[in-house]
Amino acid sequence: MLIRTPASHEPLTSEITPRSVYLNRRSALAGLGLAAASPLALAQGSGKLAKLPGVRSAAAGAIVLDKPTAYADATSYNNFYEFGTDKADPAQRAHTLKTRPWTVAVDGECAKPGNYDIDALLKLSAQEERIYRLRCVEGWSMVVPWVGYSLSELIKRAEPTGKAKYVEFTTLADRSQMPGLRSGVLDWPYVEALRMDEAMLPLALLTFGMYGEVLPNQNGAPVRIVLPWKYGFKSAKSIVKIRFVEKQPRSSWEQSAPQEYGFYSNVNPNVSHPRWSQATERRIGEDGLFAKKRPTLMFNGYEAQVGQLYAGMDLKRFY
Amino acid sequence: MKRALSTALLSRGAKPLLFLLCLAPLAWLVYAAFANQLGANPAEALIRGLGEWSLRGLWLTLTITPLRELTGLAALARFRRMLGVFTFSYASLHLLAYGWLDMGLALDDIAADIVKRPFILMGFTAWALMLPLAATSFNKAIKTLGAKRWQALHKAVYAVAVIALLHFIWMRAGKSNFAEPAVYGAILAMLLGWRVWKRLGRKKPALG
Repeated sequence: MLIRTPASHEPLTSEITPRSVYLNRRSALAGLGLAAASPLALAQGSGKLAKLPGVRSAAAGAIVLDKPTAYADATSYNNFYEFGTDKADPAQRAHTLKTRPWTVAVDGECAKPGNYDIDALLKLSAQEERIYRLRCVEGWSMVVPWVGYSLSELIKRAEPTGKAKYVEFTTLADRSQMPGLRSGVLDWPYVEALRMDEAMLPLALLTFGMYGEVLPNQNGAPVRIVLPWKYGFKSAKSIVKIRFVEKQPRSSWEQSAPQEYGFYSNVNPNVSHPRWSQATERRIGEDGLFAKKRPTLMFNGYEAQVGQLYAGMDLKRFY
Repeated sequence: MKRALSTALLSRGAKPLLFLLCLAPLAWLVYAAFANQLGANPAEALIRGLGEWSLRGLWLTLTITPLRELTGLAALARFRRMLGVFTFSYASLHLLAYGWLDMGLALDDIAADIVKRPFILMGFTAWALMLPLAATSFNKAIKTLGAKRWQALHKAVYAVAVIALLHFIWMRAGKSNFAEPAVYGAILAMLLGWRVWKRLGRKKPALG
């Protein structure tokens, strides 16, 4: 008879926390009066926006244990060029964005195209809370508790055809609401895209809220995508159109600077941006002024969830 | 009016006052960094703030001579050196902040970064070119070198300005955000253009 001895790094079965206890560990902590110590309690919203609660997501990789970034930092340090190129601009100027009424057109290579009213979209599937790392291509990072559901929920309902190889996302471009459109920094509207299998990953989040509230305008209200394994600019904000296409679309940044920003833009510490290294990052609000920057993780730490999609690809070529 | 200005510029308090004015941006940046006033990314704000004040200092230094000649206020010349030395100080702090806050003082990483990133190379070159100027910024150096050679050496400041501007433009290239570099560029074009124009004007009689 073969008796298997577990390797030293494997936990004994007696050490494994039962799944039900694990999934309820926050309420267990709350019961002990330790709720204040949980990361979610630290991540308070503004208290001014409408509440948007989400159930804790059970998707693999949906909850990182890193300390969430302070709400004030996550909502005052933003790249949203439709409101200006300075990172303080969106918080100061995005109040002109009107998020109601709002319609998202879903069309292209699919059997069931349609126009979704934002309120219908909100109820399309159960809202989940997910705590994702966010890594900006500029070398800084945050940890944000988002509220939304997997993009695949919407995609499935549209029934994409065999020709649908990519999904393209278009951000609102309205000069009367977005002062940044007057500058020629990018070709408006802002367009981003994913390969179909990327878009269908449970991790790809159609996002409506953060910190238990609806999205503030500067963070892409009323609906955006969040793709935690890619650099932040791939996560298009204030989306008005989702289109299924056969040919690989050119995203806005790819068009603007193809040698610097590729279609994939997966977080990758081993492939430098032409003008700076991507090996390390500064966690906003966490790493002190004189702290050494922390190492950036492959696929921003989501390799287990997304790595298989890129197996065999030359990531230096497809950056 | 001109005489009053000239008296003020020549007064004993003028230089200490300028000294304090030059220190003010640094004092504000240091205070803001510790008082949490620099936003979500204080390191970046500090590095950029020091860089921007280096540029402003250099532009101000280059303004002295045209301003002196245009206004006839010869007393302005007293302040050029202090502005120049402050420019070098801000640039040095800018370099130090980058090396410390951004690169963790890892010298090999910094060296690799300078070679790898053209805009860092530009910034470093501008700073390195300022070194000999700062090192010869006292009276004895002028005597030792001789006024002519000293002046020739200090013409390098024009190259420093152009390279520093390139550094700034290149830094902003990623965001295609050229509004501010354009303003700095336009002012520098005027400052250098005035000098070229003077030179050509001076040559004309010789040709005739």
